[in-house]
Amino acid sequence: MLENYFPILLFILVGLGVGVAPIVLGKVVAPHRPDSEKNSPYECGFEAFEDARMKFDVRYYLVAILFILFDLEIAFLFPWAVVLKEIGLFGFVSMMVFLGILVVGFIYEWMKGALEWE
Amino acid sequence: MMDTLQQLFGPLWPVVWTLAKIVAIVAPIMGAVAYLTLAERKVIGYMQVRIGPNRVGYYGLLQPVADGLKLLFKEIILPTAANKFLFLLAPVLVLAPALAAWAVVPFDFDMVLANVDAGLLYILAMTSVGVYGVIIAGWASNSKYAFLGSLRSAAQIVSYEIAMGFALVGVLMAANSLNLGKIVMAQQGGFWEWYWLPLFPLFVVYFIAAVAETNRAPFDVAEGESEIVAGFHVEYSGMAFAVFFLAEYANMILVATLAALMFLGGWLSPVPFLPDGFPWLAIKVAGLLFLFLWFRATFPRYRYDQIMRLGWKVFIPVTLVWIVVIGAFMQTPLGYLFH
Repeated sequence: MLENYFPILLFILVGLGVGVAPIVLGKVVAPHRPDSEKNSPYECGFEAFEDARMKFDVRYYLVAILFILFDLEIAFLFPWAVVLKEIGLFGFVSMMVFLGILVVGFIYEWMKGALEWE
Repeated sequence: MMDTLQQLFGPLWPVVWTLAKIVAIVAPIMGAVAYLTLAERKVIGYMQVRIGPNRVGYYGLLQPVADGLKLLFKEIILPTAANKFLFLLAPVLVLAPALAAWAVVPFDFDMVLANVDAGLLYILAMTSVGVYGVIIAGWASNSKYAFLGSLRSAAQIVSYEIAMGFALVGVLMAANSLNLGKIVMAQQGGFWEWYWLPLFPLFVVYFIAAVAETNRAPFDVAEGESEIVAGFHVEYSGMAFAVFFLAEYANMILVATLAALMFLGGWLSPVPFLPDGFPWLAIKVAGLLFLFLWFRATFPRYRYDQIMRLGWKVFIPVTLVWIVVIGAFMQTPLGYLFH
């Protein structure tokens, strides 16, 4: 059972290797002539005028929080969807109650304007 | 021949054999990525009544090689303000999951590296890791454009991942399995039995969400050359940039293959009198990839608020409703419509 997953582990390692190899190769082969102008952050030719890690829109946080809620919901739906045929009407109705509660929350955030980007 | 090799490596043989199989999967994918970039330039060229690259080799066939060599000999610039380690880690984190996801993708009946029952869950997990690379790239660059680009890109990717996940739930309900091989075998019986028909809204949502997930036009605000000049990879050059580029195209091929497996019957033949086999999968994937290129040549870029509205206010309600519809139908004698 678990040995089925060994090729996957190996594949992840190979994937990391395929990502690292070109960068190492580029470091070795390509020229390296640093200079203070070249290595400064790109800002269309202007001097960088404040810290790049600035305040940003709170809506990005909101999207992240909503994403966690809905992604969790999908994680719950996955096993349910696989066995739906066996658990029949009872399983269907219980999931509909769960989905119903989430839809109420979804409608609430929609009405509150959490999904508005002007 | 096999026996002598087996004796040579002794107890290490399973590892060596698996590595050989992995190389046999990764190498053609990298080749496909290289020629997808050429195909993109050619297709868009012809759609704009140009001929595209035609100088390097016959019909420009060596253009990807020339591009690769050029990038190899370009300096990898490390900005002084950047966090060096995270800066170089980010492209690896984007490319590695795009390749590792192929471990569970079946190419033909029983032709799969790891035939695991949690295949689709694994793919969903792997494709979710890619967004970390985007966020790390934007943060580690310590540049305003990169930072803004990574925020936009990450918010867009996670929003469409929800719609994508709901579309997958529909497929699971119809197929009763997370194993990609079993999902394909559940679609046996020709063109009209494939899941694109009973799950049509989910198929459309899945494909459009896939275009948005890979940050392709018309959803490429993360790049937005006219405002934030290239988004999260503005500070990258040389091979570090090339790895991001490879990852974008590897992801396109991956999502097109998944769409072909889950909605278009994978390696199954559309008509009963032709045999099933890998060529059918290749044709379907190529057709879907052509759509990616066609979209880029045709549609103007969406505005950011339009992208978020489409993801949250259109796709999520549509997929939710269709999941309820499938579930309700499966409780009635008409359930066979969804298998």
